Amino acid sequence: MFSKSGCFVLAMSTQESLIPHLFRTEFSKIVSVLTRLFGLTHIEIAEDITSEAFLLAAETWGSKGIPDNPKAWLYAVAKNKTLDYIKRNQLFAKKINLAIQHELDSYSEMDIDLSEKNIIDSQLQMIFAICNPSIPVEAQIGLALRILCGFGIEEIANAFLTNKETINKRLFRAKEKLREERIAIEFPNPNQLINRLHNVLSTIYLLFNEGYYSQSSNKIISKDLCFEAMRLNLMLAENNLTNLPEVNALMALMCFHASRFEARIGNTGEIILYEDQDKNLWDSALILKGERFMNKAAKGNQISKYHLEAAIAYWHSQKNDSLQKWENILQLYNRLLQLEYSPIAALNRTYALSKSGNNKAAIFEALKLNLLNNYLFYSLLGTLYLQEDKILAIKNFEKALTLVTSEAERNIILKKIALAKTSKVNT
Amino acid sequence: MKEFMLIFRMDFNGAAQLSPEQMQESVKYWQDWIGGVAAQGKFTSTNQLSSVGKTLKPGGVITDGPYAEVKEIVGGYLNIKEDSLEAAMKIAEGCPILHVGGNVEVREITPMNF
Repeated sequence: MFSKSGCFVLAMSTQESLIPHLFRTEFSKIVSVLTRLFGLTHIEIAEDITSEAFLLAAETWGSKGIPDNPKAWLYAVAKNKTLDYIKRNQLFAKKINLAIQHELDSYSEMDIDLSEKNIIDSQLQMIFAICNPSIPVEAQIGLALRILCGFGIEEIANAFLTNKETINKRLFRAKEKLREERIAIEFPNPNQLINRLHNVLSTIYLLFNEGYYSQSSNKIISKDLCFEAMRLNLMLAENNLTNLPEVNALMALMCFHASRFEARIGNTGEIILYEDQDKNLWDSALILKGERFMNKAAKGNQISKYHLEAAIAYWHSQKNDSLQKWENILQLYNRLLQLEYSPIAALNRTYALSKSGNNKAAIFEALKLNLLNNYLFYSLLGTLYLQEDKILAIKNFEKALTLVTSEAERNIILKKIALAKTSKVNT
Repeated sequence: MKEFMLIFRMDFNGAAQLSPEQMQESVKYWQDWIGGVAAQGKFTSTNQLSSVGKTLKPGGVITDGPYAEVKEIVGGYLNIKEDSLEAAMKIAEGCPILHVGGNVEVREITPMNF
């Protein structure tokens, strides 16, 4: 049986761009439906059958041309291959207890439901199965990319800056875990929904951040990760049961962030800081979309961290810079930090304090942060000292330089040092 | 790491009525102070206490208001994580209530062990 599924997508890319595209959109749908039918224990069989259907498409379409309805063609082949597989493997048929122990002949009548409704239901249930706290977060993201987003192993490896072997191992262990924990493909009980949704949202947000703050120089892959995260979240927002304020808040947050995608990465893959971005490159359509989701999120009386982060991101998407804009951002960070501490939020809060017109207070507060191993801490101090004491500013940037890990970060600091050396300070 | 409760007391009867602008400014002082504590990862929880309340005494004696015999009442609290009472006192120094005639009582929290 075809294994290491998905690798062929890249090899195919020279022949037709249609198949990789379909793989992205349809792989997860078919796998979700089949896995729901077989149970998560047999997810690999679902993947293999689906991959075989794509392989056949690649072979057939190349010589005989593309069918009128490629999607329907794929679904039909996937159905046939599933029935064949069940027929050939009686043991498997017994295991999955399909069609309540029918005679083998009757499997051909078995309904493999690839209707739109069943596809959506299956994918949603798959989201909940994969974004499960009993699986390590890293593995959740890997599985989500593979199963929910139809990423090839190589693409996942590129996104994580590692090799295919590592990703294969990680996915293998994640699937083992799914089996061990006997995780079922089902929609959570209504009384568990909110808790489970928390986990799903946090995985989706991590997936987004994986792309947004990616150290991979491949801009396309980073962008893909972000848009896949948004696509998954949109599925939740479009479903009645999961269309909750928090879901819309996360959607708004990701729209606002993504609106700066083009502006924050330069031609050579270098990161361009917020201050230095060409605001004309900000995507106003995405900002508008974000505002719409934010309005939807404003229902109910719960303010989640996604609400606060979305509001912070909203202010960042406003082109006009003013003390009041940063005062608003400061107050939002004040509340966010009371809800959940994170070093990044602490640093950003201090920066907002400075931008709201209180640079000296910001330095006073920064010195209390106790993030002595974080290069961003020294980078922030350097930035704040720029207005007060150039020598101290450079000293802090140099300290930051000893702690950076990536080339991109290093270049940003070097630029700041160069700038500090030429700038005038009013002291 | 120990936990401390910072208790805010003030004579609210004697306090001047705040204009909406002053009120907003006051909220900012408090939020900036508490946000700064939270930015250090030392925040646990906080609450304001309203002046509406009653006090129950033995024998079913109920008095109106939380301030039967004392002029100063507790207006709120902030729970923080700190290494020592001295460090907690250092945090208290930033409390906005000190600028409007109030005071902060800092007490170490000891968990109940049954």
